[in-house]
Amino acid sequence: MTSTFGRRQFGTLVGLLGLCVLLTILTPHFLTISNLLNITEQTTINAVISVGMTFVILSGGIDLSVGSIVAVAGVCLATALQNHVPLAVALGVALGVGALCGLLNGLLITVGRLAPFIATLGMMSIARGIALLYTDGRPVSGFDPSFRALSTSRPLMIPAPVILMLFVYIAGHFLLTRTTFGRYVYAIGGNEEATRLSGVRVGVHKTLIYVIAGLTSGMAAIILTARLNSAQPIAGFMYELDAIAATVIGGTSLLGGSGTLVGTLIGSLIMGVLRNGLNLLGISSFLQQVVIGSVIIAAVLLDGILNARAQRARAARTARGEKREEPKREAAERI
Amino acid sequence: MTEFALRMIGVSKSFPGVLALDKVDLDVLPGEVHVLLGENGAGKSTLMKVLSGAVTRDAGEIELDGRRVEIETPRDAQALGIRIIYQELTLVPYLTAAENIFLGREPCSMPGLVDSRRMRAEASQLLAGLGLRIDPDRPVREMGIAQQQMVEVAKALVDNARVLVMDEPTSALTTTEIDELFATINRLTARGTAIIYISHRLEELARIGNRVTVLRDGRKVATHRIGDVDIPHLIRLMANRDLAEHFPKRRVPPGQPLLEVRGLRRQGVLHDIDLTVRAGEVVGVAGLLGAGRTEMARAIVGADPHDAGDIRVKGIPVHFRHPAEAIRRGIGFMPEDRKTQGLIQMLSVGENTTLAALPRFSRGGFLKRREAAAVASKLVKDLRIRTPSLDQPVAQLSGGNQQKVVLAKWLATGADILIMDEPTRGIDIGAKVEIYELMNQLTARGAGILMISSELTEVLGMSDRILVMHAGRIAAEFDAAGATQEQLLRAALGQAV
Repeated sequence: MTSTFGRRQFGTLVGLLGLCVLLTILTPHFLTISNLLNITEQTTINAVISVGMTFVILSGGIDLSVGSIVAVAGVCLATALQNHVPLAVALGVALGVGALCGLLNGLLITVGRLAPFIATLGMMSIARGIALLYTDGRPVSGFDPSFRALSTSRPLMIPAPVILMLFVYIAGHFLLTRTTFGRYVYAIGGNEEATRLSGVRVGVHKTLIYVIAGLTSGMAAIILTARLNSAQPIAGFMYELDAIAATVIGGTSLLGGSGTLVGTLIGSLIMGVLRNGLNLLGISSFLQQVVIGSVIIAAVLLDGILNARAQRARAARTARGEKREEPKREAAERI
Repeated sequence: MTEFALRMIGVSKSFPGVLALDKVDLDVLPGEVHVLLGENGAGKSTLMKVLSGAVTRDAGEIELDGRRVEIETPRDAQALGIRIIYQELTLVPYLTAAENIFLGREPCSMPGLVDSRRMRAEASQLLAGLGLRIDPDRPVREMGIAQQQMVEVAKALVDNARVLVMDEPTSALTTTEIDELFATINRLTARGTAIIYISHRLEELARIGNRVTVLRDGRKVATHRIGDVDIPHLIRLMANRDLAEHFPKRRVPPGQPLLEVRGLRRQGVLHDIDLTVRAGEVVGVAGLLGAGRTEMARAIVGADPHDAGDIRVKGIPVHFRHPAEAIRRGIGFMPEDRKTQGLIQMLSVGENTTLAALPRFSRGGFLKRREAAAVASKLVKDLRIRTPSLDQPVAQLSGGNQQKVVLAKWLATGADILIMDEPTRGIDIGAKVEIYELMNQLTARGAGILMISSELTEVLGMSDRILVMHAGRIAAEFDAAGATQEQLLRAALGQAV
């Protein structure tokens, strides 16, 4: 397991700060308190979804259904609110729907032995379809101010969604670093068979990981619905790709086993700052897509190059210094 | 003077700390089947790797048809007509026989465009020439293992292989399939192809081989005409009598039975396995690759299912369906491959050490980090694991230290029954002795160890009792004190003891 704030996270942070400096020079509108708050607020949704995505990717999986789960959880939340159920119950509905979708993903992957890509690809379509069916394709709008306060209120000057996001990150970070479950997430992603032979119930833990991804999607649905004062069945379209991008830019290995939530938070801030900056600079949304795609590729390319260099340096140290692996002559042959 | 198809003269190869090949000579006549025999680590694989260009030799010469050749890379060997058929076949399952045979060398009507008709025709011709009735259009995944092997042979012959190496070709074949394979080999030798044949089925040698060369500890011991030697003599030649390695075995009077297995069965893999491991005892398990040793261990700990059998741990009947249940009963299983099964390479020494014992180091799912770190650092100290810190990624440790981390992981769980699958494979002598010392300490404390090993010297040197497996059964049991390598080899080879 990588340390919470290692070389890789530092590199991502340098990237984020560099981007901010560049934008400060290019446009006077960037470095203002209102704009920075704006960025953070706009980042919250992707950042929250990325927490679940980080759990999934750390375990060596992928979840393509998070965007669709945002939509289905959002419309369920909206109808609950319009039926005037207590606020806590309505929020529970959003989280519950998210968790249920995640549970189904997890069971398909562990019990059904489907590849995560396939199981969640199916769920992506199913959840989206259910959201559309349920609302007949129409948005559900207009809620009580007590619910909207989740987006509009600013305790201590900080937008409420940002506080929610920080809460999710702190909880997620705690889970990953201080619990057996978190340790198993890394272990499963690092080597599933070795983890199983160490007596870990891999299936149960993997299922829970997808439940967490569903939960954070439900959380994102709450924030999104409160902000827009409306739940749309087409909400969250392509959010899965933003979440994967933020996770990977943040240094989590797509092969699993290595990465941190601190990195993911920085990664989603990079995505947010980039979008905001490109808007401030008046760059067309078409060109923005090209730029964002390039940044994702560049970040991962750079990571690969730096890793290879670090490995070569290690190998060189090994060659100079102490001997490592003895030859495996007998390993090659059996009687 | 005879014209040899292949001569390897004075080939030497050393890896740091080990002389894998020491001036080995091997010559093969055209049309000859030359059998290569030797125990584990005798140097057969290294010699064949030198021939195939996978390993660069330090000294020695190679001649093909009397002409000196340089083989530096696998491409060189291929260009010279040297082909190796490995035990694990290297076919693409979804491609047809013809496509596999010509993979990478497809006949083309114009560049980039495969001439399928010609490819099929040539494949048919090739297969027919080997006397095989195999449909060239059939995907190989639909074929039995024997037919796949024939496709592999045909593939090796596309550009008229001069020397063909077959590594344990009959290990997965039935009697009739073996007959077919031998018929094919006879057709090849009739054409003058030279064949190097590696096998442990000694009874086959007389049927197929012309001469036999025995390697031991990287040296050539002898080359004989097959008719001139009998099987017991060959076994004596293979067996290594000077116990060069140091085995600091300390005997402890055995106590209560810790692990009892009766009639353990798994369809087609394990047949009526009985064994007992008592407190203070090391029970060695010898046998060939594929004899079912690892499968037996995995079935006992619940890593694989089994069909029948009674297992008792400390007298209590158990049936483990998951390794977690075995761990709760005090069993630790060190798998044969520490890289892919024993450790999580990305995690640190500390994290690997405590992985199996995390339930002990947590309350309500929350880690008791200080306690875990304290136990881990004590184990690192006790086992003398050389690592800069607990946070060091385990991948950066040497093989011996990695293996000690695997052992530490089980000691952290408090296991008193340890199943060790190849505990010293691929680690240097110093680390081996340290592992042996740790085994002594464990048995002195009343633990029981079931040690699977392919190194006969290790089995003899460290066990109290020895079980030899052959074809999924316990073929023989010995008291380690009186047993010899020859006896173990005979039992492992399925000969009467």
